Amino acid sequence: MISAGIDCGAKTTKVVLMKDGRIMGKVKVLTGFDQKKSILEAWDLALQSAKVSADEVNRTSGTGSGKNVVTFALARTLDLVNDIKAMAKGASFYFPRARTVADVGAEEGRAAKLDDRGNAADFAVNEKCAAGAGAFIEAMARALETPLEEMGLLSLQSDKEIPMNAQCAIFAESEVVGLIHRMTEKKDISKAIHDAMASRIVSMIRRIGVNEEVVLLGGVARNPGFIEAVQRQLGIPNLLIPEEPEFGMAVGAAVVAAEGS
Amino acid sequence: MSEQKSPEFWRWTESNWVNPQIDWKKAKYITVGVDVGSVSTQAVVMADGEIFAYGNRRTGSDSPNSARKGLSFALEKTDMPETRIDYSIGTGYGRVNVPMADRTLTEIACHARGANFIYGPQVRTVLDVGGQDMKAIQCDDKGRVTNFLMNDKCAAGTGRGMEVFADLLGVPIVEVGERSYKVTQEPPAVSNTCVVYAKSEATGLLRKGWTTEEVLAAYCRAMAERIYSLVERLGVTPEFAITGGMAKNRGVIGRLMSLMGLEPAKTTWDTQIAGGVGAALFAHALCQKGKGREKKPA
Repeated sequence: MISAGIDCGAKTTKVVLMKDGRIMGKVKVLTGFDQKKSILEAWDLALQSAKVSADEVNRTSGTGSGKNVVTFALARTLDLVNDIKAMAKGASFYFPRARTVADVGAEEGRAAKLDDRGNAADFAVNEKCAAGAGAFIEAMARALETPLEEMGLLSLQSDKEIPMNAQCAIFAESEVVGLIHRMTEKKDISKAIHDAMASRIVSMIRRIGVNEEVVLLGGVARNPGFIEAVQRQLGIPNLLIPEEPEFGMAVGAAVVAAEGS
Repeated sequence: MSEQKSPEFWRWTESNWVNPQIDWKKAKYITVGVDVGSVSTQAVVMADGEIFAYGNRRTGSDSPNSARKGLSFALEKTDMPETRIDYSIGTGYGRVNVPMADRTLTEIACHARGANFIYGPQVRTVLDVGGQDMKAIQCDDKGRVTNFLMNDKCAAGTGRGMEVFADLLGVPIVEVGERSYKVTQEPPAVSNTCVVYAKSEATGLLRKGWTTEEVLAAYCRAMAERIYSLVERLGVTPEFAITGGMAKNRGVIGRLMSLMGLEPAKTTWDTQIAGGVGAALFAHALCQKGKGREKKPA
């Protein structure tokens, strides 16, 4: 049985192909402005990488903010899985004992409490505002004129605590410019940025309750500065993060497709 | 820095003004209100409760200097020395950094009092849309605050959000209002909850072939919707007056008024000086109660 999960996100579109509970192939492309085109591109690349034809895929699920485009793009019957369910199933695929999961994507952040079957028992979402999502850190990296990859590592070198506006990316951007003018070191500004961002996610995780094993998914979970800040603020030494955390929801969607629910 | 070379589309016109009909030498009390906002600073000089001079300029990166420069800018076209001032009040976001202030007051109180003066005592609801926040204020016929609501958490619906769009679209901020009406059909609004989302939506719309004017219209509408939700939550009692820099943006205010089905009160004064006017009026009232500065020997 081959299943596929497609996560059409605000910034990237991910496709995961699974066979009998194992990942056969996964592909990520930039979503761009034409979601349909991106979905088709990722789909074809995923089929090629797994060396299967579209007809061999038994069941397909779509998720993410562009999930409604998926059916139309692929012109095939598929289940639409809500983001929370996809995240929950993805987390328990990688870490079966996980009871709390947070996913931080480009424009949204979400957290859920899981039951012992990997279903979401409670959840919180931020989809109203870019603070607390990847767009926040991207905007700050632009203001700091530092590549995103470097900014995360830079922040690990600082032990200063500079309070920063965590409510609004636009206001935080002016604060970053202000800190630059005051000759604050880049590493200290980077840490302030990650601390601010983490505080939004941590408060969301706290709202739904923290359990021992916390899983972090989504593209932002690749950022070492962010991971460190979340661990410190939650008081949890080791967050569980899969190797390519941005595929979490696509994996979850593929699992749901395989379960046939 | 590369930033400084590019044209500054967000920049608005600074101005100062002096009332030729007032002779400061004859005034009993000279009072000053300095409103140091996040984006602009206004210093208003009053002679016996009438506006004698004012200056309106951009707030720099340090507040004490902005307040000082604001006051010298206001007095630039007059021959009055600063020592003549009987009392001065600081207000606004940067009010704790007004070195010459004898005391400070919140900008909520000052805007209500100022709107009462520049629009008239019939004003009952004041909307102030400033650089980094917006407030809806209810007041009585003396300009005393009876209730208010504000958003200072987020740039959506504030002047800062409009500056971001002016820069994004390369349209000078003072032209935004006019150009937003140069559309054949009014487009639907972009996101009104977050400027960052609105920005990425706008970039997408431009790529889809929307004109700059259409995107401006969609953003002005989003701003109007956002401001409307705050005003509606507070409740509106006419007359309705608008203060702050956004009052000058016809693109937003026109759309807001059509959502509200109301006409705003009119004034010939610069709407940005309302907070400073209120502060100077409070200072005048204190002088009348004998609380002015000790008179220096002549």
